[in-house]
Amino acid sequence: MSIQLSVFYLFAAVMVLAAIRMITAKNPVHSALSLVLVFFTSSVIWLLMEAEFLAIVLVLVYVGAVMVLFLFVVMMLDINISQIREGFVRFLPTATIVSAIMIVELVLVVVSKELDYARAAVPATDISNTQALGEVLYTDYLLPFEVAAVILLVAIIAAIVLTLRQRPQTRYQNPGEQVKVKRADRIRLVSLKSEGKRSEAKRS
Amino acid sequence: MITLSHFLVLGAILFSLAVAGIFMNRKNLIVLLMSIELMLLAVNINFIAFSYYLGDIAGQVFVFFILTVAAAEAAIGLAILVVVFRNRGTINVQDLNEMKG
Repeated sequence: MSIQLSVFYLFAAVMVLAAIRMITAKNPVHSALSLVLVFFTSSVIWLLMEAEFLAIVLVLVYVGAVMVLFLFVVMMLDINISQIREGFVRFLPTATIVSAIMIVELVLVVVSKELDYARAAVPATDISNTQALGEVLYTDYLLPFEVAAVILLVAIIAAIVLTLRQRPQTRYQNPGEQVKVKRADRIRLVSLKSEGKRSEAKRS
Repeated sequence: MITLSHFLVLGAILFSLAVAGIFMNRKNLIVLLMSIELMLLAVNINFIAFSYYLGDIAGQVFVFFILTVAAAEAAIGLAILVVVFRNRGTINVQDLNEMKG
């Protein structure tokens, strides 16, 4: 057994166990942390397939951003754990049977003689995976790349618009009004007559 | 020697586990979203495996786009989740029947 095969089996086992832990954990925080473990191990699996750039992106973007977002939301919402666990046991047999059948079917399809080949002969190049990906991305796939940028922009705007909440009762500063203010809005000059005698009496 | 089938079987197992997670966590919208992320990860493993074994980098480009779309989907999904929780006080999927769909 080569070193790659043993690394593959080790990390695949960790990955499957973490995935099982993710779908069965009681606490959503544990689910999110198990999913982080799944992403880390799958990053190692991708490194085995020489997809270095995507492996790093998976850790940076998924673990660093998306899963932290999940954890924020899980901890921000006050969820009744016992309530959301209802029906878990009821659906457990169905889920096990369906997923077992799916695994058997997919494995039967996938483990065939046609797919059981080793790697195709690839001409050896001295450019890195990142450089190769970048060269393809900025030439052949330029339009999809820009569409992806627009999709991210739409996601930003949609997330902000959905969660923006106007509260009329809260007090807040309006900087525009503060800048626009004139002297006359702030101060009112009145001319008062001096009351001679009483003020002299006070002074003495 | 690792063959293509190893990676495809791993992707199949992960995908099926994600389907089982969607079945079991009917009440918990957050774990449903995480299961969808797991499904997309399984698909990505398949893409990268084919990209590696066929010597074609296009598969990795598609994984790049899937990651982008999945990040956008997670952001919008969580925003909708927060709004649902704020309005209804629950994230139980079976309580969300206002649209009678």
